[in-house]
Amino acid sequence: MATTAVAKLTRVFAPKLVSYAKCRPLIPQSKVLLRSYTLSATKLANDRYFTKDHEWVTVDGGEATVGISDHAQTNLGEIVFVQLPDVSSEFSLGEECGALESVKAASDIICPLSGKVFAKNSAVEDDPTKINQSPYDDGWLFKLEMTNTKEVEELMNEDEYHKFLKEDD
Amino acid sequence: MFSQRLALNRIHQLSKFASIIPEHVFSARTMAIQKKTCLYDFHVQNDGKMVNFAGFSMPVQYKGLSITDSHLHTRRNASIFDVSHMLQTKILGNDREEFFEKLTVSDVKNLAEGQGTLSLFTNEKGGIEDDLIVTKAAEGYLYVVSNAGCLEKDLEYMQKAAKNFRDQGKDVQVEVVKNGLLALQGPKMKDVLQPLIDCQLSELTFMRSVLTRVAGIDCRVTRCGYTGEDGVEISVAENQAAILAEKLLDNPLTRLAGLGARDTLRLEAGLCLYGNDMNGETTPVEAVLAWTIPKRRRLDGKFPGASIINRQLKEGATKKRVGFLSKGPPVREGTVILNEEGTEEIGKITSGCPSPSLKQNVSMGYIMKNHSKIGSKVRFLVRKKFVDGAIVKMPFVPMGYYHGEK
Repeated sequence: MATTAVAKLTRVFAPKLVSYAKCRPLIPQSKVLLRSYTLSATKLANDRYFTKDHEWVTVDGGEATVGISDHAQTNLGEIVFVQLPDVSSEFSLGEECGALESVKAASDIICPLSGKVFAKNSAVEDDPTKINQSPYDDGWLFKLEMTNTKEVEELMNEDEYHKFLKEDD
Repeated sequence: MFSQRLALNRIHQLSKFASIIPEHVFSARTMAIQKKTCLYDFHVQNDGKMVNFAGFSMPVQYKGLSITDSHLHTRRNASIFDVSHMLQTKILGNDREEFFEKLTVSDVKNLAEGQGTLSLFTNEKGGIEDDLIVTKAAEGYLYVVSNAGCLEKDLEYMQKAAKNFRDQGKDVQVEVVKNGLLALQGPKMKDVLQPLIDCQLSELTFMRSVLTRVAGIDCRVTRCGYTGEDGVEISVAENQAAILAEKLLDNPLTRLAGLGARDTLRLEAGLCLYGNDMNGETTPVEAVLAWTIPKRRRLDGKFPGASIINRQLKEGATKKRVGFLSKGPPVREGTVILNEEGTEEIGKITSGCPSPSLKQNVSMGYIMKNHSKIGSKVRFLVRKKFVDGAIVKMPFVPMGYYHGEK
């Protein structure tokens, strides 16, 4: 008799082309806003910019700090592995530069601005759940020396990002 | 990050399991054709995060419990899973056993009454069309449970075959059992169920099935599951399913669990997911499921694809399903497997995840037979980087099946 049991789940027939970007925030918008206002220790909240890929960027002179939005971490779920870009590596806007993995799935990190990485948050490599717990603060991912600061102008501010989430819903 | 590119990548990873994309992103049109189980309202009331799975709106997890939490709860206590989306059928008629042996690899004739077994629908190429459990009910019929993703295919196949069989003057009917199906899984299952059930669980060993009552509700209870733990699946009238789920949930040892934990649990148990770990191109020998074909069936050779499968049983297959352990980035479906030196491609991963129990990555996949020895080292290619892994024996965690008092 079987020492193995039974295969019973089966394949999903989910449409494959549904964009992740279409996910509605699972937490109330007011909470997100409140959070970023209270957590921006050194920046004003309107200094946080967002990409359509659900990353955030804060800018200080020619330097940018990159992380993922609360919306993104909620949808990813419990993050278990982080692969960050190496310090000194260079990326162009839109290039894959790392990955985040949850129990459920893997997601690439897409570089939101062109530049050279000068710091990475090794604390999230050691404890990836920091990204879930504190996506806008302790959960930052890496810092870039920008090569084209004009690219920032193309990013959304917080209000625009929330509108984007809503519209995309 | 989560660009189209990323989205595609990620959905690819999940396409054969449960999409993590919340249900509300699907268009109204898609939503309209999404089926609901009899427990849909129950899931929503209990804060289930609903996703599309095999055309059904199913909970991937419940609020307040991560997949890891839910997984570990099942390994330590007990969890309730809704598996009502699966196809339940009754095969009736005097020639039912002969009929079912024509479609599957099982020795139905020699199954004891009330005993079930894992079985396979095979095709003429020796490939696996679906896996299923067939139980020889003491009440004079066969009770069959097969995959939701193969629901239409399986039903059509059985009904067509039954018609052909009847045309030859035989007596067989295929009847859909329109019941809910609840799985209660975990080492504390018996502590939860025994006070509620009208039979002795000590007598209901692994893969045995009875018609009984739980909390006064008529149902069929089969000691089986898809987690590697001791557990049961309870087939119950649709309008009683939520009441029964509530009764089970009243016990503080139980929590609700969704498809997310179901997938990580079955992976740790080394169990195949149809569509990922086997399909119409995979033979039972390659999938290491030849144990489902008893000697009598190998000899009679009357199941589809028997000649090919029997030849593989004698001569061996060129590839084989094995399990892997690794550290670092999780190894998932589609990952290329290389030899230890990283110079030769020797296989492909079909399922993988970070293991909540082992805190390492577990995966399974098909590898060339001459590279398949337990203990062999391999390399995986994850995002263009090598990740070291080793072939290990499955299941990855000890099984908790109940085979009787020792």
